[in-house]
Amino acid sequence: MMSGVHDMGGLPAGPVDRSEHENSFFEKRVDAMARLLSDQKRRLIRVDELRRGIESLPEYKHLTYYERWLRSVEILLREKGVLKAEEVAARVEEIQNREC
Amino acid sequence: MSHTQTHGHGHPHDPIEDNPDVRPEHLLLEQAMRELLIEKGVFSAADITRQIEDMDAITPAQGSTFVAKYWTDPEFRKAAQKDGKAAAESMGIDMSVAPELVILENTPEVHHVVVCTLCSCYPRAVLGLPPAWYKSVEYRSRCVNDPRGVLKEFGLDLPEDVDIRVADSTADMRYLVVPLQPEGSAGMPEEQLAELVTRDSMIGVSQAKPVG
Repeated sequence: MMSGVHDMGGLPAGPVDRSEHENSFFEKRVDAMARLLSDQKRRLIRVDELRRGIESLPEYKHLTYYERWLRSVEILLREKGVLKAEEVAARVEEIQNREC
Repeated sequence: MSHTQTHGHGHPHDPIEDNPDVRPEHLLLEQAMRELLIEKGVFSAADITRQIEDMDAITPAQGSTFVAKYWTDPEFRKAAQKDGKAAAESMGIDMSVAPELVILENTPEVHHVVVCTLCSCYPRAVLGLPPAWYKSVEYRSRCVNDPRGVLKEFGLDLPEDVDIRVADSTADMRYLVVPLQPEGSAGMPEEQLAELVTRDSMIGVSQAKPVG
């Protein structure tokens, strides 16, 4: 069986960059969104689904950690009919105009 | 996260891979999704704020207290070995959304180190959010086949006769390392012991701080 892009245990890699990193507001908001959607009250997303979404991203290697989370949440919410691709696209455009 | 992804291709990285910043399109996407979910009543802006505050409030200090209690309280140690999650709960740590927690006790002969090769599973209910390096390609890849080398990079040079055991976390199973209790710390009060227990020592990439 071929390994997925996420299955990197044992692969060759360079030294570990040990510098500490304070999570940005973007990262904290994505983390909060994902956790709210998976909490007892909402139960819209399960951790296994979040991982499946992350691991299915063709651009996995080019995204930062929480970018993967965000894209996975978007995929899952579309699958479940909570968000529609068109309304997300329309809102993105509207925000861009708003901020001009 | 701000780590640099290296793929061993031996030349400077292209700007996208090397850029620690989030792409503008994803900042917009997050805002759009957040606004729509609030409008649909899935959650409120206050829910987001509270979640962030709750997560910020979880620091490795919780784990340090857990370890200090483990060192000093034989009953607690027994309970924690049996069921780490229940033991954490008994200390008032919120484990309501946490998966199972397995305690890995270091001994002079056996040292444990924790990784998640597939993603970033981490005992966040006890330690908070993982450090960036824990989520990095380099740590995830090498921890399982070159743990001694990885630990050396963290400044931990273990004698050859110490057995290193690597625990690979899963979505349903998290690990907390109980480091060796430092020499000369026996009899110290729990609060002082807890100050010796660092985040890294509970992941297994370092020892607890020496006394004094």
